[in-house]
Order: sequence, then C-alpha cells, then structure tokens
Amino acid sequence: MTQAIARPAHIRRPSGTSVVAWTALVVVLIYIVAAIFAPLLAPYGEAEIVSREPFLPWSREFLLGTDQLGRDILSRLIYGARNTLAIALATTLLAFAIGVALGTAAALARGWMDQVMSRAVDVLMAIPQLVFALVLLTIFGTSIPNLVLIMAVLDSTRAYRLARAVAMNVVVLDFVEAAELRGESRLWILAREILPNIMPTLVAEFGLRFCFVFLTIAALSFLGVGIQPPTADWGSMVRENATLITYGDPTPLLPAAAIALLTICINVLVDWYVSRAGRRNAGS
Amino acid sequence: MPSPLRMILVRTVLGLGMLLPVSAVIFFAVSLLPGDYATEVLGQQATPESVARFRETLGLDTPVAQRYVAWLTHAVQGDLGKSYASHEGGARPVAGIIGERLLNTFFLAGVTASVAVPLAVGLGILIALYRDSWVDRLLNSATLAMISCPEFFLAYVLMLLLSVKLNLFYSLAMVDAGTPLSARLLRIALPVLTLTLVITAHMMRMTRTALISILSHPYIEMARCKGLSPSRIMLRHALPNAWAPIVNVIAFNLSYLVVGVVVVEVAFAYPGIGQTMVDAVRARDVPVIQACALIFAVTYIVFNLAADLIAIATNPRLMHAT
Repeated sequence: MTQAIARPAHIRRPSGTSVVAWTALVVVLIYIVAAIFAPLLAPYGEAEIVSREPFLPWSREFLLGTDQLGRDILSRLIYGARNTLAIALATTLLAFAIGVALGTAAALARGWMDQVMSRAVDVLMAIPQLVFALVLLTIFGTSIPNLVLIMAVLDSTRAYRLARAVAMNVVVLDFVEAAELRGESRLWILAREILPNIMPTLVAEFGLRFCFVFLTIAALSFLGVGIQPPTADWGSMVRENATLITYGDPTPLLPAAAIALLTICINVLVDWYVSRAGRRNAGS
Repeated sequence: MPSPLRMILVRTVLGLGMLLPVSAVIFFAVSLLPGDYATEVLGQQATPESVARFRETLGLDTPVAQRYVAWLTHAVQGDLGKSYASHEGGARPVAGIIGERLLNTFFLAGVTASVAVPLAVGLGILIALYRDSWVDRLLNSATLAMISCPEFFLAYVLMLLLSVKLNLFYSLAMVDAGTPLSARLLRIALPVLTLTLVITAHMMRMTRTALISILSHPYIEMARCKGLSPSRIMLRHALPNAWAPIVNVIAFNLSYLVVGVVVVEVAFAYPGIGQTMVDAVRARDVPVIQACALIFAVTYIVFNLAADLIAIATNPRLMHAT
C-alpha cells in the first residue's frame, strides 16, 4: 500500500566534485584501518579500567579522558569503530543476501509465490523499523547475533523491494528468454543473467542501506537495547557519558560525530559512484 | 464509478486492511516470548500453584488465538490491558499509563510539524528561486549533513551549545500535567528544534525538486516571456502545480516523526510514548510494548495512507485517466 521510500538518504550533488569524493574515500579508509588494527592503535584495552576516578578530563595520559567506569575513552572510540562497523556491515550483507535472493526469485517466479512474499513484505514494512526492532529485541533478548539477525530480516524488506523491482525489468528481456529456451536452470539464470544486470543499482543501494542500518543500530544502542556493555560501541558510549554534556564537556559528542562523519562520507561516495555509473551508461 | 474515486477507495481499504495483519504480527511476535514470563517474574522458588494462579490473572492460560481476538476487540474499545511491571497496589491499566504520554507526544510532534512544514516549504521555494547559487549549495550541504547525523548527535550538540553554553533553553524537557502551556512550549524548545532539523532537510529538497521540474514546462517559459518577475512566476505559476508532490512528502516526513520522537524523547527525558516504550522494553512489560507498538504502527500507516491519497487526489491527470 505505501510507497517503498527509504529514509531519504540520497541527495544528488552535481558531478565533478571528485576532490570531495577522494576526501570521503580517505576518511572511510581511515575508519577501516582503525577498525582492523584497533588492538594495535588503542593505547589501552577495550574494557580495561585504567583509572580509579571516572570522568577524568583530557590529559597527556588519557587523551580524551576517561568514562563513567574509568575506562580510556580514546581506546573505546577506536574499538568502537571495529564493533560498530563490523556489526552494521554484517547486518547489511545478511539483509542483502536475504532480500536479493528472495526478490530476484519472486521476479522470476511471479504468480502466487511473488504475491505471498510481496504481501508479507508489505506487512513488515508497515511497522516502523525502529519500533519493530524494539519489540523483537524484547522477545529474543539483546545479544549481538540477535541484533544482527533482527535488523537484517527487517532491512531485507527494502533490498527485496528494490531487487524485485529492477529484476522485473530484466526478466522480460530477450536474453533471459533465450536462457530459458536453452533449458538453463532457474538458479543459473538468476546468478548469470539477472544478477550482473542489476548489480550497479544494488551496489549504490547497499551503501545507503549500510548508512541506514548503521544509524538504526546506533540509535538502538543509544536507547540501551542494542549492543550491550562492556562491548565498546559509539551509540552506547554517547548514552553512558551523556551527563558530561550538562557540565559543558563535549567528549560524549565524539562518538556521535564519528557516526555522522562516516555516514556523510559514504553518502558522498555513493553519489560519486552513481554519477560515474550514469556517465558510463550515457557514454556507451 | 469514476476511476480516481475508486482508486482512493481501494487504497483506503488496502491501507486500513493493513492494520489487521500488522496488529497480528505485533501480538503474535510478543507471544513468542521464550521462557515463561510468570516464572521469570515470580522467581525460581515459585510453587507451580502460584505460577498457575499468576498465569491465570494474566490470562496466559487461554489459547493464543483467543487472546489475540480479545486483545484486539478490547484495544479497539480503548482498553489496552493491564501492565505487568508497574503495580502500585494491583496492576495498572495500560491505557492509564499511555494516555497522558500519548498526548505529550502528539503535542511535541504537532508543534514540530507547525514549525518545520512552513519553514521547509519556505526554504524550498527560496532555493528553487536562487537555484545553483551559493545559498542553494550551502543548504544542499547542510541537508546532507542533517540527514547523516544520528538524532541524538543533533540533540546533544544543541543541548551543549544552546542550553549549557548559552543558557537559552532547558536542557531537559520535563513536563507534567500541571505545566502551563507557555512553560511547556519553552521546555520543549530543544526537542522541537532537533526534530525540525531532522525533517526539514528532506521536505525542503523535495519542494525544490518539485518546483524545478515544473519550471521546465513551456507555460513557465511563456510567463517569463511576458516579463513576469521570477518570484511571481514561482508563487503564482509553479507552486500551485507543485503542491501534490510537496504535500505527499510532508505526510511522509510526518510519519517519519513517529520514529524520530523515540530517540529525541529519550535524549531530553521527555515523558512521551517513545520514552514509555523504551522503558517497557527494558522492563519486559509486554502489554505496554504491544500497545505502544500498535499506536506507532497505526500512526505510521495512517500518515503513509494520507500521503498516498493526497498524491492521487491532487493529481488531475489521474482524475482523467481511464
């Protein structure tokens, strides 16, 4: 019934801003490096209590001070990159695996199978995602595998809609019919004829959905029902240290700013990719 | 029957028909609760008799389908069951817990909408008028930044700057039933500002896009050739034809507000329904969670339906389509 509009994430900017795109790429790479080499980069351990006093200010010893339990905030910020990125990436990958598989299958099969799956997706999408996630997390408990699975299933609805819509345009083309007449199997047609043709659209959508999943998981952690302590993650770091704000200390804003910066950079990269892909298509 | 009327009717029936499966999903999902809630509340030492009695008072001993029908018929009549967690001498009715907080949330969302919608449309017209100028580029970048920020980031930045550093507003939005309207408005200034920033960006961009796509039509060229001023062309010629997509995107963003309020209410400790739901999730208070989820879903569906219907009703081409 409702239009499949994701949270508006793509603002088209004029092409040719490759300096901005390169900067965004460098920033994303820095995040990835921080995530992979967290144990080498962080001065202290993830959950290591390094000071008996909580909420120490910035100093030479603890560059960004300590948190409510006396843990080093800089170290937790770096480990947070690892946990937050890995969880969001795993969730988005799983969501796309489910969504694209079912979506393309529905487009190819049509008939009642398509109807059943599409109506089920309609129902799932009629409930606000954050609210639905809250309900499901209550039921299954807030562990990381549950979080990944729940968010992946909820978000796979978007990947399903998109994959089905673009695959619908491809399955009517002659080469698919030719493959069918050759007697190729359904699976072969999906993997070799349809998937390569819908890939560019899916890649762009993947970036945007990653941002959305990333923001939703951060929001859940901020609400205290996402990633649980002592695992360092940016959403819960904001919640745990929020009281510092009322004393005029901006430290709790850093993890939130880290989230915002990454989302902006991925958006820029997606726009860059889309405009390049568009130009390539226009050229050929 | 003329086709637009039938389309509106079909959409309405489909939209409202969605409420039934959605309520079923919410109810049955929660009924999957692993482990027995009664044993969990009463503890390990509970005797089988006391567990059975507790289950009976909660109505957990009847079949699940029967409970669903009872829950739905009661919910329609405004009775949302009794809370598990908050007792105060006997279980409190959920409707009593939620009622006032729902009004608080509607107040917050209503004030936000009345600020954000005129602002977004106004700015959208402005940047359509000065498109590709520095104003346009500035607002475009600002939009991307706003959309990329988590709500709690905006909330705390505003809190730090406007409340802690400049001491202009209250940092927490605590209100109760006795707070007079003027004090209430002052206290919710920061949550309103946060939500406004979140939803204005998208509405503004869509207003701009809608207007600019209309500016390429020949009748605008005609108006320009007549020597009309750009602002007159924009307001009198382009805007009337752009209302459909603009109103559609407004309705869509208002449905987004439904989710946005959850995080913002928690950040500012505002006693609304989002805060209530998060508390209920922490306490595993199932009837409250079900009720809150149902209310959120209904609001969301109604706004999305409104967006659909407005898009149909304001598009004259659909009126004449066969």
